[in-house]
Amino acid sequence: MFRRLSDEQPESFEFTPANLEWARREIAKFPEGRQVSAVIPLLWRGQEQEGWVTRPMIETIAKMLDMAPIRVLEVATFYFMFHLQPVGRTAHIQVCGTTPCMLCGSEALIEVLKKKIAPKPHQVSEDGQFSWEEVECLAACSNAPMVQIGKDYYEDLTPEKLEEIIDTFAEGKVPVPGSQTGRFSSEPVSGLTSLKGDKAQETNASVTLALEKHDTTARITGETFERVEMVPLGARSVKKAEPAPKVRAAAAGEGKKPKLLKKPRQGKADDLKKIKGLGPKLEEKLNELGVYHYDQILSWTDEQIDWVDDQIGAQGRVMRDGWVEQAKALVQGGER
Amino acid sequence: MLKDQDRIFTNLYGMFDRSLKGAQSRGQWDGTGDIIKRGRDQIIQEVKDSGLRGRGGAGFPTGLKWSFMPKESDGRPHYLVVNADESEPGTCKDREILRHDPHILIEGCLIAGFAMGANTAWIYLRGEFIREREALQAAIDECYEAGLLGQNAAKSGWDFDVKLYHGAGAYICGEETGLLESLEGKKGMPRLKPPFPAAVGLYGCPTTVNNVETIAQVPAILRRGAPWFAGIGRPNNAGTKLYALSGHVNAPCVVEEEMSIPLRELIDKHAGGVRGGWKNIKAVIPGGASVPLLPAHLCDECLMDFDWLKDHQSGLGTAAVTVMDQSTDVVKAIWRISKFFKHESCGQCTPCREGCGWMMRLMERLIEGDADPHELDMLWDVSKQVEGHTICALGDAAAWPIQGLLRHFRGEIEDRITAKRTRRLTATAAE
Repeated sequence: MFRRLSDEQPESFEFTPANLEWARREIAKFPEGRQVSAVIPLLWRGQEQEGWVTRPMIETIAKMLDMAPIRVLEVATFYFMFHLQPVGRTAHIQVCGTTPCMLCGSEALIEVLKKKIAPKPHQVSEDGQFSWEEVECLAACSNAPMVQIGKDYYEDLTPEKLEEIIDTFAEGKVPVPGSQTGRFSSEPVSGLTSLKGDKAQETNASVTLALEKHDTTARITGETFERVEMVPLGARSVKKAEPAPKVRAAAAGEGKKPKLLKKPRQGKADDLKKIKGLGPKLEEKLNELGVYHYDQILSWTDEQIDWVDDQIGAQGRVMRDGWVEQAKALVQGGER
Repeated sequence: MLKDQDRIFTNLYGMFDRSLKGAQSRGQWDGTGDIIKRGRDQIIQEVKDSGLRGRGGAGFPTGLKWSFMPKESDGRPHYLVVNADESEPGTCKDREILRHDPHILIEGCLIAGFAMGANTAWIYLRGEFIREREALQAAIDECYEAGLLGQNAAKSGWDFDVKLYHGAGAYICGEETGLLESLEGKKGMPRLKPPFPAAVGLYGCPTTVNNVETIAQVPAILRRGAPWFAGIGRPNNAGTKLYALSGHVNAPCVVEEEMSIPLRELIDKHAGGVRGGWKNIKAVIPGGASVPLLPAHLCDECLMDFDWLKDHQSGLGTAAVTVMDQSTDVVKAIWRISKFFKHESCGQCTPCREGCGWMMRLMERLIEGDADPHELDMLWDVSKQVEGHTICALGDAAAWPIQGLLRHFRGEIEDRITAKRTRRLTATAAE
């Protein structure tokens, strides 16, 4: 498999003092003269610090281990868990697509990721928060289909559950990992057929560690990091059916008004009804306001969306139904 | 069905106390020092007598493998390397040991390490197993504190260290010499053998590489005796085995059962049966992605052990059972496996590097039936040119699932080709 470094590279790389100390201990684990063995752990820690593996990082590690930079580059490109390009700021989602997961519906999960994050793997979403890729078997086949996010496995998924997981991350929280259907670990869902007895643990080992450490997607830059709130799915503050209405000062001041037209250009307005959630009534109101074309809608900022929404009384539909995104798609020639 | 008192993995699901104390209450770390005082020869003989065969896929007799290690050190240290790079599609058994029953593995490392004259064990985990690594490291720390590892480990008179290493997402590092290369800080490209690792392994020193499950079964064998272990399963297929059930079953799970259990009993008893009933079965991959699949009619009488499956042109592999029901596009399922091997080929040997891609591309066309009938013979031929012509077994593993598909489902593929060609002809005629 051919992999190369990203075209865009930062100027420099430096381990944080805490990580440098960690690296020294790691190198000392290996016998005299065999410090090269530490290359994978060091690259890994570098990735945990920066989010991805950069060229300056490779050069720095080569110096630390007294290796030719090409040897480190070989390792970085050979192992698939090293991200060679920037990943989403909040989370990089690795979905298993190999046969056992495929049989259990991983293709539908991939569709969710394409829709919610980016059409292509390794592409960062428009808001910079997420990226995804399809990976090969992650060895949780009895809990298929599943994804890995950061340090944790989310198992027994459905497309709906995955959407909710992404939404939860987007809100700055981390969903509790493990099985999302309430299984403890990999026991039969229909009830124990062996090893019956009183359960002495609340959660399985992986989930317990995640709940203890709160570091599912944390970057390792020092001894401490910001602990994020962990919530089980279905217990988010916002109910799924009502996406968070954006709360903003509703004063209809300057800068909140989008560019409006007195009449349609060349006397011909676009058929705004092609936008989902926009009926004849709202179209009429938009025209009255001075909105006639898709290309007017696609450049609206969040504030402008709120202003328009107020003016036409769409009750949050502009944001919720994604008029801006839809208008973008329509302009790009994609007849829906 | 395996009785509860015969189970080795008594905390497989992690529901009971996972700490050292909990492990000890379940009988682990009991008299380990005394076991070691029996001496190397007796331990190896006991493991040989038990009939334990490697649980990582190849099924090589474990005691025999240990006996290849030099009796006396020539000055080089000996190493035990535990292969926890569990990546074979369908296989998810070692993960449960690593995170839920880690002490059984650590105790096994000490005994096995002593038996081969090693003072150090390296456990190589796959990179994705981050929580598993943390859980295992915590257990190792507990052992050091309790004097079960380190100098005079478990009062055995033997000094022993267990260290963890991890990969970063390469299936090929599950091949023993690929793993050693990776542990040495290189690309995980398998080595040409001989020399075998027992002579020249990690850092050029005598090394034995064993699977997690294999090592974890050793303490129980030595505690309960070889005849107990050998008495479970058919001759030459001794002992208990962790089975991982996935795919179209009602209750996928990992479970410990006896060797040679009928496939149907395994699925019906533990996995809640096949989705839509036993008759709804289309095919089963009995041992992880690299073994040829079994069609429905063979599943009825299938026994889950090395010999039965080998006799029926498949293999036990890692005992990872992936069930496909009648709704499955079996060609697509095998194509995805081809894609896996294409992705994971290290690129060292030409037949595998080029062959895996070639086979995958043809398999992709076969899903739609977009091929010539004679290409099926060519596919068989190419798979035979990959099989056995590479440094490691990844080439074989890529060829076998395709061969299994052609062996049992050739009719279905030919139907697709015919259907596609008929459509094409009709379309041409209509123009």
